[in-house]
Amino acid sequence: MFDDINDLYQQVILDHCKKPRNFHEMPQCSCSAQGFNPLCGDNLKLFLALEGDVIKDASFTGSGCCISKASASLLTDNVKGKTKAEAEAMFERVREMVTTGKVAGDVGKLAVFAGVYKYPARVKCAILAWHALIGALKGEAAPVSTENEQT
Amino acid sequence: MNKIVDWSALRNDFPILHQKVHGKPLVYFDNAATSQKPRSVIDALVHYYDHDNANVHRGIHELSNRATNAFEAARTRSAKFINAKSADEIIFTRGTTEGINLVAATWGAKNLKAGDVILLTELEHHSNLVPWQMLAQKTGAKISYIPVTGDDGVLDLSKLDSLLTKEVKLLSMVHISNSMGVVNPVEELCARARKLGIITLVDGAQSAGHLPVDVQAIGCDFFAFSGHKICGPTGIGVLWGRQEILETMPPYQGGGEMILSVGYHKTEFKHAPHRFEAGTPDISGPIGLHAAMDYLDAIGRANIWKHDQELANYAAEKLSALKNIRIFGPKQNRAGLVSFLLKDVHAHDVVTLADQGGVALRGGHHCTQPLMHKLGVESTARASFYFYNTKAEVDVFIEVIKEIQKFFAQ
Repeated sequence: MFDDINDLYQQVILDHCKKPRNFHEMPQCSCSAQGFNPLCGDNLKLFLALEGDVIKDASFTGSGCCISKASASLLTDNVKGKTKAEAEAMFERVREMVTTGKVAGDVGKLAVFAGVYKYPARVKCAILAWHALIGALKGEAAPVSTENEQT
Repeated sequence: MNKIVDWSALRNDFPILHQKVHGKPLVYFDNAATSQKPRSVIDALVHYYDHDNANVHRGIHELSNRATNAFEAARTRSAKFINAKSADEIIFTRGTTEGINLVAATWGAKNLKAGDVILLTELEHHSNLVPWQMLAQKTGAKISYIPVTGDDGVLDLSKLDSLLTKEVKLLSMVHISNSMGVVNPVEELCARARKLGIITLVDGAQSAGHLPVDVQAIGCDFFAFSGHKICGPTGIGVLWGRQEILETMPPYQGGGEMILSVGYHKTEFKHAPHRFEAGTPDISGPIGLHAAMDYLDAIGRANIWKHDQELANYAAEKLSALKNIRIFGPKQNRAGLVSFLLKDVHAHDVVTLADQGGVALRGGHHCTQPLMHKLGVESTARASFYFYNTKAEVDVFIEVIKEIQKFFAQ
């Protein structure tokens, strides 16, 4: 019945949503930020351990839909070892990809989210963790929200 | 009341129902959010704009007379729809939300002071929470809540004696809960409140188009509902208030239509209901609403209620037979909706997949965040029915839910 939906719920996404990676708190983190989507209640917290300018470790906790959880899980894998600037550049690439379907440059496994743009209501789910990442890097105290995300 | 209704023939009155979504026949189960519109309502709107459009009340020309007559006829029709004593008790609003805000801004601002208590229930939609919180902040009044017992969404009335203190000035409650499908015993609660001199407001957003409503029998002081949930257009609603209370209330907004005379320093206001309707109103809205009320009452709201309940009970029973599902709402007297959660599948994923199967559901907090928080969930998926829905559609819905469970069990 759901053949057409596989571009949204790819196997990698289903796998990461059922078995999220790096799914734990990080008491010794350098910075963290909360991401909250008021529309659906998705709520997650992202933790980063920085060494100088480099993200040494990343983890998250929280709850949400399959897309938001898988996105957070894949994000934490993706940003480990990246510099702040590289992580921010990746955010821009992911945002471009989930809103337009266009993949500019190498996004690795994150390419599984390229189909999200066809489901405008779900773009916020895919981008939530990335907003939290930017919030954490900027040291924002207030929870970040996807409320103003253009879909 | 007991006439035989050909339910499937009624579907032909709704052009929108006959379409495919993602290649599947549309199954529209999001009626608690908004209902679809029958041809007669669409025709009434088109006829008004094709033939009668003019501004109401002060015109002398023919079109203005026609528009005014149609507009005021809708007020009389609305009074009949809920058995109000007089059309003067009918205030046109943008919807239930504005109706409640109007009461808070006028009656509430005039009558509530620090130390007073506004009594609500834990079931309330944000539209019957936030206006009172805003008013409480302004006046220093406090808010207390009649609790719900659990997943069934039923109110725990054993707490009522201790909640009905002499400080309570207003009891505002939902008639039918939009997220649980509970029908509250509003007659009983209004009677209890009345004995203590407490003013009552009933939020009829989910009830007005689904069961016979008699505001005099309910015994409330205010009743608010929306046109778009009862086959009418969006942007029009009704606030009913007892005339003796309306006459004591200050205006809501100032402007044209609501005045007797205006000077540079002093203005005299019209009586209710016009005092509460400043500016050029939504004219086509009441005209469409009139057609919707005629349409519903030709079917009979007692018949609609029976059909709603049959579908909801059928859906709840079929869902209960599935594994790994949590179902919300009462065991008895369930209104026409079922909220549920599949284990380990978020409501939004359920709704996205159901949409692929042609089934329109709603997933989220249903504007009842505090209730969701109390029940320990972030959201639920909800199927909500109306008279044009069928058992065959419920069967499609159940099959889709089974497929969703399989999909996430892969």
